Amino acid sequence: MNTQMQWGVRTVAVATVAIGVLLTGCGKKDEAGGTAPAGKKTNVANIGSDTMVNLAAAWAEAYGAVDKTVVIEVNGGGSGVGIKGLLNGTAELANSSRHIEDKEKAELKEKRQLDAKEYVVGFDALSIYVHKDNPMNEITMEQLRDIYGATGTTTKWSELGITAIPGAKGDEIIRVSRQNNSGTYEYFKEAVVGKKNEFKLGSLDMNGSKDVVELVGKTPNAIGYSGMGYANPSVKMLKVAKKKGDPYIAPSIAATHDKSYPIARPMFFYTAGEPAPHLKKYIDWTMSDDGQKYVESTGYVPLPKK
Amino acid sequence: MSKEPTEVLSPALAVPIARRGQAAVLGERVIEGLVYLCGISAIVFVFGIFFFVFKEGAPFLAKLDFKEFFFSKEWIPTSSVQPKYGIGALIVGTLSVTTLAMVIAVPFGLGAAIFVSEFCTGKTKETLKIVIELLAAIPSVVWGFIGLSVMSPVIIAVFHVPVGVNLFNAAMLLALMSVPIMVSMGEDALKAVPDSYREAGIALGATRWQLVYRVLLPAAKNGLLAAVLLGVGRAIGETMAVLMATGHAVNIPDSIFDPVRTLTATIAAELGETSHGSPHYQVLFLIGVVLFSITFVVNLAADFIVKGIKRK
Repeated sequence: MNTQMQWGVRTVAVATVAIGVLLTGCGKKDEAGGTAPAGKKTNVANIGSDTMVNLAAAWAEAYGAVDKTVVIEVNGGGSGVGIKGLLNGTAELANSSRHIEDKEKAELKEKRQLDAKEYVVGFDALSIYVHKDNPMNEITMEQLRDIYGATGTTTKWSELGITAIPGAKGDEIIRVSRQNNSGTYEYFKEAVVGKKNEFKLGSLDMNGSKDVVELVGKTPNAIGYSGMGYANPSVKMLKVAKKKGDPYIAPSIAATHDKSYPIARPMFFYTAGEPAPHLKKYIDWTMSDDGQKYVESTGYVPLPKK
Repeated sequence: MSKEPTEVLSPALAVPIARRGQAAVLGERVIEGLVYLCGISAIVFVFGIFFFVFKEGAPFLAKLDFKEFFFSKEWIPTSSVQPKYGIGALIVGTLSVTTLAMVIAVPFGLGAAIFVSEFCTGKTKETLKIVIELLAAIPSVVWGFIGLSVMSPVIIAVFHVPVGVNLFNAAMLLALMSVPIMVSMGEDALKAVPDSYREAGIALGATRWQLVYRVLLPAAKNGLLAAVLLGVGRAIGETMAVLMATGHAVNIPDSIFDPVRTLTATIAAELGETSHGSPHYQVLFLIGVVLFSITFVVNLAADFIVKGIKRK
């Protein structure tokens, strides 16, 4: 079901791109004259992070109703691809799920004499879910790596000190994960398992964020990760500590905002220099209450309320 | 004098024949052409699809390590260090789910076909047939959802296993999905046995069960085999339900309660977000070719078996 939704969003994104390409062809001449006549549209090339592509597409689609003169063309490819687009001028707006590197900043200065301008537009935070009857309440990042990573050896709940899960059959930890090309999978791998490490094979790879939580809620032996917004009454979110001895932090919007929760990262927009007025208007809209609605509905954590 | 009547007669006779003939010939040609097109369209489509699938996957063939591809159980296609494309576990997954599904479905399907065709009459028969047809109309995503959220906790509670989405769960769903096909095909096969066989059997003093076992089953075996194989085809090709109910884990099962992953579900889950033309994308199409080959072998085997039975 989730896949179908993603497909839908994708189709919309593709359609937006297609319309955009068509319009660039005929709209160019008028733009030079300053004020475009009614019906002509300005295009914004918005490239970057695959994690953000669904969110960006949802924004682009909704923005069509807000400002009919601007078409946002969304494309994925990765955060690096988006920033590269800024460097060589093929993107006006880059989506990135990481900070711009100093090297890239310097390159932008050198190539285009422009400073990168950064906007935080939302947060990506993953919760660790277990069944509601599981007595476990907290976990460290190291324990998570040992459970999920190929180099780890933890396969039983007793190894984590959990001996009696009501309703559980046996001691085995059932690892619930995501399909290997989802942004959530990539981020969890990067943040928890390790970039040079692999996932342990044999995890249950669900095809949507909601399916992960659904399955954990039905399986007392299971542990899983998914967006913070997907919690339901049959699961419990674990508190997470960076390492043993550190305080355990409950996943929450506040803990994401003050950066104490370890499995969360900001999501950025980057522009090369000051954005053009129509683009500035779009960025401001995505950060407004109206735009932040879509952050929540696509499973991410919105900005702090002003 | 003798000439005249023939001259008058022959056009009078010839004209209506010629007129009807022309229209009929033309109509015949058109309809023949249409029917011919319909006939070969299946072949054109099958080859077209096969060609497309093969073309998308072919560039990777040169780089492919066949031994690793078929026998390794390491499926790590998105690794940033060393991607591994082993589909051994996926092949085992597909075959084990299909086999277990058939072990469950064949007795039920054929039993139901025999009951509907031979043992019940009137209202019961009509109701049963309608309900069974209804079973075939349930979309597979609904079956998958039932597997994930209804059957999974039940399996955990009843069989005392740690995980409820597994080989058994998916096989149950596939069995339920292929039973309706088996019942309607099987019933047709039994119906095709002439009544004189039944009358002869009863006249010889056979009981109803003896009649079924000794007369009808041997007489209808080709049709029944075709029914079973259609069910097998349904089970191998099913995607959405197995994606949700198998657990979708790259794993060679030790027991029927272990999670597995099938070839079809892997393609469905991963193709959507793979960038066009990447090695991962090409390998997914090669998996499509493997699926094609499995189906082809099953059908071919069926053909040979049916022919073998006929020769006897």
